[in-house]
Amino acid sequence: MKWEVVIGLEVHAQLATQSKIFSGAATAYGALPNTQACAIDLGMPGVLPVLNEEALHMALKFGLAVNAHLSHESVFARKNYFYPDLPKGYQISQYEIPVVGRGHLDITLDDGTVKRIGITRAHLEEDAGKSLHEDFQGMTGIDLNRAGTPLLEIVSEPDMRSSNEAVAYLKTLHTLVRYLGICDGNMQEGSFRCDANVSVRLKGAEKLGTRCELKNINSFRFVERAINYEVERQIDVLENGGTIAQETRLYDADANTTRTMRSKEEANDYRYFPDPDLLPVCVNEELIARIKTTLPELPQEKRDRFMQHYGLNAYDANVLSSARELAQYFEAVVDVGVDPKLSANWVMGELLAALNKENLAIDESPIPPAALGQLLQRITDNTISGKIAKTVFAHMWLNEGSADEIIEKQGLKQVTDTGAIEKIIDEIIANNPQQLADYKGGKEKLFAFFVGQAMKATQGKANPQQLNDLLKEKLQKA
Amino acid sequence: MMIHTLAEYQKQLLAKKISSLELTQFFLDKMAQHNALNSFITVCAETAKAQAIHADELRAQGKAGPLTGLPFAHKDIFCTRGIKTTCGSKMLDNFIAPYSATVTEKLDDAGMVLLGKTNMDEFAMGSSNENSFYGVVHNPWDTRCVPGGSSGGSAAAVASRIVPAASGTDTGGSIRQPAAFCGITGLKPTYGRISRYGMIAFASSLDQAGPMTQTAEDAALLLNAMAGFDVRDSTSLNVPVPDYTATLNDSLQGLRIGIVPSFFGDGLNSEIGAAIDNAKSVLEKLGAQCVEIELPHHELAIPTYYVVASAECSSNLARYDGVRYGYRAAQPVDLMDLYKRSRSEAFGQEVKRRIMMGTYVLSSGYYDAYYLKAQKARRLISEDFKAAFKNVDVILSPTTPDVAFKIAEKTHDPVKMYLSDIYTIAVNLAGLPAINIPCGFSGQLPIGMQLIGNHLTEARLLNIAHQFQQHSDHHQKVPMMESSS
Repeated sequence: MKWEVVIGLEVHAQLATQSKIFSGAATAYGALPNTQACAIDLGMPGVLPVLNEEALHMALKFGLAVNAHLSHESVFARKNYFYPDLPKGYQISQYEIPVVGRGHLDITLDDGTVKRIGITRAHLEEDAGKSLHEDFQGMTGIDLNRAGTPLLEIVSEPDMRSSNEAVAYLKTLHTLVRYLGICDGNMQEGSFRCDANVSVRLKGAEKLGTRCELKNINSFRFVERAINYEVERQIDVLENGGTIAQETRLYDADANTTRTMRSKEEANDYRYFPDPDLLPVCVNEELIARIKTTLPELPQEKRDRFMQHYGLNAYDANVLSSARELAQYFEAVVDVGVDPKLSANWVMGELLAALNKENLAIDESPIPPAALGQLLQRITDNTISGKIAKTVFAHMWLNEGSADEIIEKQGLKQVTDTGAIEKIIDEIIANNPQQLADYKGGKEKLFAFFVGQAMKATQGKANPQQLNDLLKEKLQKA
Repeated sequence: MMIHTLAEYQKQLLAKKISSLELTQFFLDKMAQHNALNSFITVCAETAKAQAIHADELRAQGKAGPLTGLPFAHKDIFCTRGIKTTCGSKMLDNFIAPYSATVTEKLDDAGMVLLGKTNMDEFAMGSSNENSFYGVVHNPWDTRCVPGGSSGGSAAAVASRIVPAASGTDTGGSIRQPAAFCGITGLKPTYGRISRYGMIAFASSLDQAGPMTQTAEDAALLLNAMAGFDVRDSTSLNVPVPDYTATLNDSLQGLRIGIVPSFFGDGLNSEIGAAIDNAKSVLEKLGAQCVEIELPHHELAIPTYYVVASAECSSNLARYDGVRYGYRAAQPVDLMDLYKRSRSEAFGQEVKRRIMMGTYVLSSGYYDAYYLKAQKARRLISEDFKAAFKNVDVILSPTTPDVAFKIAEKTHDPVKMYLSDIYTIAVNLAGLPAINIPCGFSGQLPIGMQLIGNHLTEARLLNIAHQFQQHSDHHQKVPMMESSS
């Protein structure tokens, strides 16, 4: 392919503060319309904004996590435009001097290589309200609950070269903001929104092509699809001798297309100027040092540690470090004294499957990590087999008791008494002379038949290893 | 001598010679009697009486503070919970704030009785009070003249003694100029000394509330209650508030007063120059010495002001869009129609002019040439003052180039109107405190002089003004008025 794709992403992460960025109103999602909008959010006459320090601290946390330059003095500006859900007629945002300057984020591509994506800047701003066009008979309803919710707009460099890279960046960023505890990452509720700037150029060309901004791509899947569609569209236009017009395009998920929303000519003149109601935001070394102490272990650090310390492979380490709560759960299981690889297998396998099935988050798991740890210990100490453990797990999931209680109550304890197992094996051999003869005659596959019979006879409770060893021995002698 | 001032009423209340209710009724009657001045947009007779009764109860219980039971008026720019706040505009003719301005709360908490809300130029834009949706206010010294603006209603009401004191706001001279035109004392404090929360914004980096009173002593009493840091206003100053009455009688011995010779040139009414000369000699007798200084960039003040103030106002007034509160055009056909007609029908001419100027200077391609350049000029103006205050304690200047002009005289010429603020505007750009003090008459019209101080020197300005008033009687003169009923 002779074309090179160039992508830069703008992500709006809603900061997980209790109250709004410039007022004391709550930020909780889903309240009745206009019940979480105070006089300041409504843009009433004479009211003034006061910066929520928590929002600033969260922005700084992010800045530190992406090794960014942090401005000692950043400035809030007014972005002026009229819209019914923009109560003041301007949005308070940061323009010339954002709180977070240049930084970077490393992403791991499918082939395992690491690519560094530049972060141009991240700035604080307030969200607008919502216009509701349904249910009002040709009129528009305005819900200002969201107005004034703090956002961190994270702007990347045009460093991505495919939709895959864009999704990898977005996922890495998504993991990071949740790790930092600054954003809940809920894409459906709009807590983590993404716009993509997409252009194409001939390979080797230095100058960037004309870009289009894609909006309304609020899932990882849509990001990928919208970019792919847009790239094809642009290449198509160019190969047919056309030119790309700089514009904002809306992604239509149902039709999987993008269409013009507004052209560059239609773009607003936002008349930015420093907001005289807010002083420049001063950040000193002391504050930065204090925020630094609140930084958690970051996803990449955690992944590396999981590989080195627990001997996990890259895939497992990646999955288990993809969310802070999941990593915490995993480590809590290991802390009980369980082998890390066994813990990883169970957390990623049985546990995640059960959680997904019921659409539960890891911290909503009916089985706490210590309880799972106990179950896995029973495998390690040969009390039960892995197979029986799955049965016990299913009972634990239904809150029927601890692993030990269930094993005891249901008599699931593994049979490790050599005499008992030998007795069963002897009976089976005696009852299946034909199979024995065939086995002896070279049909070694029949070994599994004898194992199955033995397991059946012990209701699966025979220690598999022990059973194997004894069976081999007996068959040889028989 | 008749008693008129807050300080004197304070003594009467303290001695229980009069009740707050009697005082309140007395002023409500006077307001009704002189309503032809048109100095009020809203009269709060019932709530005022209730407040007065409550104040009298507090006093009976021994819980009265220094201002408890004293009546006053608010400029209609301060939000008052439950009472209409119009800002002089048709846009807010139906607006009742569900909250109070910090200043409103503070004076309320101090136990003061709110008599009413005074008339003003629409959104505080104007120098004559002719831009009010509620009509012109008449100057009580000559009802054919304007009272000045934008705090014209407050100035006229205090001058005519139909209220003992009032609040005002000053963005480019809106306290001092009407105070000069009406012969009263008006203090614009340092930017940030008084909270702007709930005070309807005109130009946020310039707006400042202040007291409009008969005397410097009254201004000190009111400022004591109005000033202070407010967590709801990020630009308010977190600096302790002194007792402004405590230093009123300090000596002026050794006070260095700066005089800018170019202020006293051709553009100035010579009678104002002469009155200030007289005031100078009064101050010199009290121990002050006058020093000539220069403010080299002063001529930049008016153009700078009209860029900065217009830019900020164009953005501050964007919220009046007919969507959530205030005026909404009837039967809009679509969103654009709703915006355009609501704003066209409810804003007056001067407000529209400034919104357009402000939108223009902030537009891409013009921003650097106007807004950024104005910010640079603003710094130069501030630095001039900074340099001057290395050599002098205060600067004495005229407040206005002329005395009150006739109603309609300048309405056709906005630039001429803007020039009437030539002595006051630089002070706002530099964020400094300044006070107007009556210092004479030209015919029957009052003359004011302005004392400008360095940041946070309100106490010194009030001290000088008080000492001057102890040795002059211009502030005690009361206009002869016919009652209108």
